[in-house]
Amino acid sequence: MTLLDVRDLRVAFPAPNGAVHPVDGVSFALARGETLALVGESGCGKSLTALALLQLIPRPGRLTGGTVRLGDVEVSSLQGEALRAIRGRRIGMVFQDPLTSLNPVLTVGDQVAEGLVAHGMATRTEAAKRAVELLKEVGVADAEERARAYPHQLSGGMRQRVGIAIALAAEPEILIADEPTTALDVTVQAQILELIDTLRRTRGMAVLLITHDLGVVAGRADRVAVMYAGQIVEQAATADLFARPSHPYTRGLLASVPRIEGTLTRLAPIPGSVPPPAQWPPACRFEPRCGERFAKCAAERPPLLTAGTAHESRCWLMERGR
Amino acid sequence: MSAERPLVEVEGLVKHYHAHGFLQARRPPVRAVDGVSFTIARGETLALVGESGCGKTTVGRTLLRLQEPTAGRVAFEGTDIFSLGARELRAMRRRAQIVFQDPYSSLDPRMTVGDSIAEGIEIHALAKGAEVRRRVEALLTEVGLDPSYADRYPHEFSGGQRQRIGIARALAVEPSFIVCDEPVSALDVSVQAQVLNLLGDLQKARGLGYLFIAHDLAVVRQLAHRVAVMYLGRIVEIGPTEEVLGRPRHPYTQALLSAVPEPDPVTKRERLVLAGEPPSPSAPPPGCTFHPRCFHPGLDGRCRAERPELRDLGPGQVVACHHAE
Repeated sequence: MTLLDVRDLRVAFPAPNGAVHPVDGVSFALARGETLALVGESGCGKSLTALALLQLIPRPGRLTGGTVRLGDVEVSSLQGEALRAIRGRRIGMVFQDPLTSLNPVLTVGDQVAEGLVAHGMATRTEAAKRAVELLKEVGVADAEERARAYPHQLSGGMRQRVGIAIALAAEPEILIADEPTTALDVTVQAQILELIDTLRRTRGMAVLLITHDLGVVAGRADRVAVMYAGQIVEQAATADLFARPSHPYTRGLLASVPRIEGTLTRLAPIPGSVPPPAQWPPACRFEPRCGERFAKCAAERPPLLTAGTAHESRCWLMERGR
Repeated sequence: MSAERPLVEVEGLVKHYHAHGFLQARRPPVRAVDGVSFTIARGETLALVGESGCGKTTVGRTLLRLQEPTAGRVAFEGTDIFSLGARELRAMRRRAQIVFQDPYSSLDPRMTVGDSIAEGIEIHALAKGAEVRRRVEALLTEVGLDPSYADRYPHEFSGGQRQRIGIARALAVEPSFIVCDEPVSALDVSVQAQVLNLLGDLQKARGLGYLFIAHDLAVVRQLAHRVAVMYLGRIVEIGPTEEVLGRPRHPYTQALLSAVPEPDPVTKRERLVLAGEPPSPSAPPPGCTFHPRCFHPGLDGRCRAERPELRDLGPGQVVACHHAE
């Protein structure tokens, strides 16, 4: 059952020669209990997409199109109190760097409790007690004591656990996790990903996992949407995407990733780099870097085309039946 | 390569940081590097891997004498670098260079790329006049950039291009050895692959030795001939790449490997999720410093009391664990 339905999301930023659209017509759906990964390289628009869902786009950016439906609520038209009832309450968010997203002068216990009080879900005393329970749930040892600590007194992994506890406090239906483990060491990353997955299962939450790391995606997501230059270029069930990547960009990304197992081969990088939004080609945005391009690719903008069962690819090759 | 003296020889390297200031005097020192030994041959890549705070970056910096060690010896091309005077040190620095993680903060924003690359050539008087410019252009071409970029400034370039500039700058003085400190960690995956291939090509063409400092084992596998795994300031396992990554003997190496997220949902690898986080290097646990997080079935009183020395388990694979076999 669809919980969150995002259609044609568009974000504009003013630029010298007219506006640029770093998010340009992004659509996806998220079901209860499901993990959808939004994956792509820097500047592809994945983080901005997440921020746009909650109307958190940094100025002077603006949401200029699209709808975000959460159940029967149209989130993109909400303001003020009504919007706050969604943010943090029905949709929680975890950020990359917990040190910058936590308040340095409040104890972590107070920060976990804050949301509960703000959403009118508990009194101060109840919230403080609940905060300790939440810290325990996310695996903070000595939670009573740690609740009285300040962020700088905790390690990076502990701070990210606190960030997750804050996001979970109001029992959201959706957790948006924006590169939640990028700043962490690999053994700690494994712990945090495991934690998010456990919480998804036990709470029946939906997770929107934003990452640049295809390895993280492979282990954790039910479905994957690959973004390039402000658009989703391929979307499929995780196993299907890795077994049958249809967009040349997805294939290029997979060939670029060094592997820890299997035969050691020279990496096959995608030539060039992602152009800035003002220089995105008018037709297929990947065309200049694509090894499989043909005349139509520079002439017409490809829509998402069927690449298989519940598998879409924004590539004219799909018309040629591959 | 066998009879020849190694390019780099490190023996018993120690670097402790002492807290300074009021009321700090009695704090125990931070044992960032606590007795590290290895060698690197000409044309060889040794990868130094481990998580943040394990001391890998400090080893790299001390190797170039960008920091003075607390104890230990480093010989570069046969010369003890800690005994060098200022003039000899400068000569050594021409032969041993470093490439940093973030090429943006390591390039002077007010200098053109060409001037940044030319700086070393001029300081070491390797060329004069028009020859300098010719060399700069050749270096830019060698790292896959257009020679006309010499007249531009660092801010005009992407992260991957800046890293290529950083590499060209290191190559300008014709080194035999480069410390690569997380050179691809800040780059996107498609660009990371380009830079890794470039580093490999340059090594083959110029016979460079690399100390490749990294936390990503899959990246390390692309480039390293041998791998040294560090934990809390000490090497816990060192050996040929295919042995250390293919058949890790130390429990910490095993855990690191199993935590690497492989971009393949089909291969179900055993997932060892380590408990806890590395302890502070100012208060390392007694015995084996890894014992509080260790999952080895043989974990016993000896692990808690006696520090395991590095043992050769062959072929060339050396491991600091009482129970490894």
